[in-house]
Amino acid sequence: MPKIKIPPVLRASVGGEREVDAPGENVRDVLHGLVSAHPATETQLFGGDGELNRYVNVYLNDEDVRVLDGLDTAVGASDVLVILPAMAGG
Amino acid sequence: MSARQLQNRPCGGRYTDIVQSIGNTPIVELKRLSPKPGVRLWAKLESHNPTGSVKDRVARALIEDAEEKGAIAPGQVILEPTSGNTGISLGMICKLRGYPLKVVMPDNVTPERTQLLEMWGAEIVYSEGSKGSNGAVELALEMAAADSRYYMPYQYGNEANPLAHYNGTAVEILEELDQDVTAFVAGLGTGGTLMGNARRMKEVLGDAVKIVAAEPMQGEPVQGLRSLDDGFIPPIIDLALLDRKIFVTNSDAIVWTRKLLDEEGIFAGVSSGAIARVAARIAGELDEGNVVFIVADDGWKYLSSGIYTRPLEEIENLESTLWW
Repeated sequence: MPKIKIPPVLRASVGGEREVDAPGENVRDVLHGLVSAHPATETQLFGGDGELNRYVNVYLNDEDVRVLDGLDTAVGASDVLVILPAMAGG
Repeated sequence: MSARQLQNRPCGGRYTDIVQSIGNTPIVELKRLSPKPGVRLWAKLESHNPTGSVKDRVARALIEDAEEKGAIAPGQVILEPTSGNTGISLGMICKLRGYPLKVVMPDNVTPERTQLLEMWGAEIVYSEGSKGSNGAVELALEMAAADSRYYMPYQYGNEANPLAHYNGTAVEILEELDQDVTAFVAGLGTGGTLMGNARRMKEVLGDAVKIVAAEPMQGEPVQGLRSLDDGFIPPIIDLALLDRKIFVTNSDAIVWTRKLLDEEGIFAGVSSGAIARVAARIAGELDEGNVVFIVADDGWKYLSSGIYTRPLEEIENLESTLWW
């Protein structure tokens, strides 16, 4: 089952866990699995249109899914989704 | 004894002042780090700019854009959020052109950044390090809104930033490599380097060139946001121009910063290690072509951290330092 790495800012919404398992064959299904188990994550992860919140970056292993196939990006059983806040540099 | 015959002229160019000497940086092949014989890996040494970083190009563009628009005149206070390099570059230019400079910078950067900013006469306002650069942006925007004395170039939202690369870095790379670029890799901070180079290279080469962003996976102590809504995406970023976007952990970035030094003799900063790691990975996925990556700054600003000499496990504050 795919794993999801939870950033510090979301941990209070998942009972303090740093990593959770969630079923699914694409990013949308895996994140919805997380939301089903931990409903408090929904408004942080998704906007009202069902798309990813603008300031949330989700990575399939280490690649941003927004430049892959977005929420439709395929996820394998051994993959890890990493959720991170969008942060700048410069 | 007569002087050695010159092989190239101009040698490094002749300029009327140090600001005019920004850019025209060397590009160097890294044969030892290239994973395949048919793939050539090239480092564009932006560390050769006057203050040692790619941000000299951006700072010059921001200031000259404001001057051309009549938005600033000597004596005008410039305010800018920065994780260091842009502030240092602005420090040099503002000192020469008579603009007092105030920068907002996270308090968890390496101490050399403070020393360099002070050396150039900049005033520093520290933001909360746990919020990373997002915290510096937030505080600077509040300060600018509250006090009309400030002119904020705002590198995150000013098209002069990517244009510095569109009209400079990208043109130089295409010229040096005879317009044969298979992939271009740079760090994602403001997005200026990636956007400017991507636009020029896609215009010239179309989809034949792949644009790849390397970004930091900040350590957990630097993710001290209240909610994911506190995330920040610079307005100048257009994700549609990126073909890949890959994060690199601080540990991997430092391992590759050391590889650049040990295997190729390139003394670079931590973001350049991360960028090199991604460039080598992309090179490994190709059979042939030129992969170019940006060495964003040199290593002088990181010496106190011990990353060039100590074992990785002995580096203090690895995850709580803002490296880029």
